[in-house]
Amino acid sequence: MAYLTVQNVTKRFRRDVALADVSLSVERGETMAVFGPSGCGKTTLLRVIAGIHEPDQGSVILDGHRLDGLTPEHRDVGMAFQNFALYPHLSAFENIASPLRAHRVTGAEIRQRVGRVAELLRIGHVLDHLPRSLSNGQKQRTSLARSLVRAPSVVLLDDPLRNVDAKLRYEMRFELPRLLRSTDTTALYVTQDYKEAMAIGDRVAVLTDGRLVQIDTPETIYTEPANTDVARLFGDPTINLAEASAADGTLAAFGVRVPAPADGRHHLVGLRPEHIAISLEQVPGAVPMELDAVMPLNVRAILLLRTADGQELLASCSEDEAARFPRRHQAVWARIRPDDLLFFDPDSGVRRAAAAAATA
Amino acid sequence: MTRSTPLGRVVRGVLLALVGLFFLFPILWVFLMSFQTNEQILRIPPSPFFEPTLQNYTALLSGRLETNTGVLEITFLNNLLNSVILSVGAVSLSLVLAVPAAYAFARFKFRLGEDIAFTLLSFRFAPPLLVLLPLAIYFQAIGLMDTYMGLIWVYQLITLPLILWIVRGYFEDISEDIEHAHRVDGHGWLRTFFRVAIPLARPGIAAAALLAFIFAWNNFVFALVLASADKQPVTVGALAFVTASGIQYGQVAASIVLSVTPTLILALFAQRYLVEGLSLGAVKG
Repeated sequence: MAYLTVQNVTKRFRRDVALADVSLSVERGETMAVFGPSGCGKTTLLRVIAGIHEPDQGSVILDGHRLDGLTPEHRDVGMAFQNFALYPHLSAFENIASPLRAHRVTGAEIRQRVGRVAELLRIGHVLDHLPRSLSNGQKQRTSLARSLVRAPSVVLLDDPLRNVDAKLRYEMRFELPRLLRSTDTTALYVTQDYKEAMAIGDRVAVLTDGRLVQIDTPETIYTEPANTDVARLFGDPTINLAEASAADGTLAAFGVRVPAPADGRHHLVGLRPEHIAISLEQVPGAVPMELDAVMPLNVRAILLLRTADGQELLASCSEDEAARFPRRHQAVWARIRPDDLLFFDPDSGVRRAAAAAATA
Repeated sequence: MTRSTPLGRVVRGVLLALVGLFFLFPILWVFLMSFQTNEQILRIPPSPFFEPTLQNYTALLSGRLETNTGVLEITFLNNLLNSVILSVGAVSLSLVLAVPAAYAFARFKFRLGEDIAFTLLSFRFAPPLLVLLPLAIYFQAIGLMDTYMGLIWVYQLITLPLILWIVRGYFEDISEDIEHAHRVDGHGWLRTFFRVAIPLARPGIAAAALLAFIFAWNNFVFALVLASADKQPVTVGALAFVTASGIQYGQVAASIVLSVTPTLILALFAQRYLVEGLSLGAVKG
């Protein structure tokens, strides 16, 4: 059995369903990123695990013990809040020491353990400051240190990088996974940034509208999204989606004809922007397209294309490559590998298996 | 700030002085009166120049006032002590009762919660005279008439709703997450209440307590009806200066100066807490 199991948890606030029958399990030492758009129930899930909210149905099992009905102080979890939630009247040291004091750790050991975690997070020099005189980054690290200092069974991190500046956010995306691994911490990490979810999670759980739609490794989520929602949420620019109908076992999408999936006649066909190779000359297998606009984004450029039948789609390529294209309207050739296409049910959005002979 | 011209500064200074004079003049006049004899006060035209006398203060402190018509016994110091006992007692009791209640109203939704809170507030709407007569009869029946305990109890009508409603607002302003964080750290709810909620609401508690103290201190009518001479506060005691031989303005002024002093000291002391920043920088700004 997994270390932490969330079992069929449903939580309503008055009439709004925040979590609908959510089940997931996290192995010991694993970092699970919980990703979803805002208001999808991510924070509620953490709060249910922490015991701040009681679920209406379902239970939380930690290391074989049911936590139902236990108040937060009896759950052996650590939590970093999105708004930091530091104690404004206590120094950074006392903020971090709070979980240790609650568990009757002696003074000398408190100093040693707070010192160690503060060193790790590079806030050792501001321990005697009150929260109000800390920068946002320092507040965030203090709050992180408080959740980690006691090495609780599970650490719940609620979008801790939301309110810090971009530079620190990038640094922390490198540091956090290393930190969590070095302390062998079991963690749930909530974020609404898909890159952060992929950078930090060993696995990613995707929540939309209170429902868990997919739990997988970051790579699998990207290459095999469970439905169109997941496909749209992961990837920037977003995936191109086009409707297509199958006839004679094939269908035409984005100007290419490919074998159609076995089930269903109508399909939504998805194509990641980076899977379109653009050239100015005709190459074998390429289809003609119009290039409408080029948007350079430093290392990458986004291209707005139009298929022969007027459908718009986005492609991305490296800046160097994009330098070859004029900024004006231009006829180009696009090569699309049928393997890269994803097929979805147009009604439910659920992904369908591609045709067995899709390799071209 | 660079926009102000020398003329602007002068005009502003004059206006500020005028406003200050307008508001502080009565206090200044009373202060001056307290160092004058009745004759000096009542002369026409009045003059700010006089030979100061400590006669009023000595009379108040010694408890004996010798006038041309005879010797008057004054219980001012006793009244002052009563005021302190009643106000401190009423505010202390209110704090003990109202602060946890305010926390409950702020944090928990329970049946009839809003109704109870509003009912408590509505005590402030009722004219005291409306309840005084029945209250006096009840107090006589259960032996609370003319006791400190009885008066402190009645003073709760003044102080408790005030503290409850002000402090409730402060509790509501504290981010719940700060308390959640403390609970997740492993502290029980009682410790969270005392270690997090109370310290963060302290400016509000101080403000409410000060305000309640002033209201209690200034109360007149409850003590007038429900207590006899030896339990009456200064507000009622001041009536003694209306004597058969006329109103003793000098003593009235001196007693005002003396009875305002404790409130003033308390206000200066509480100011430290009043300006203390609330949860500044605790959650994202």
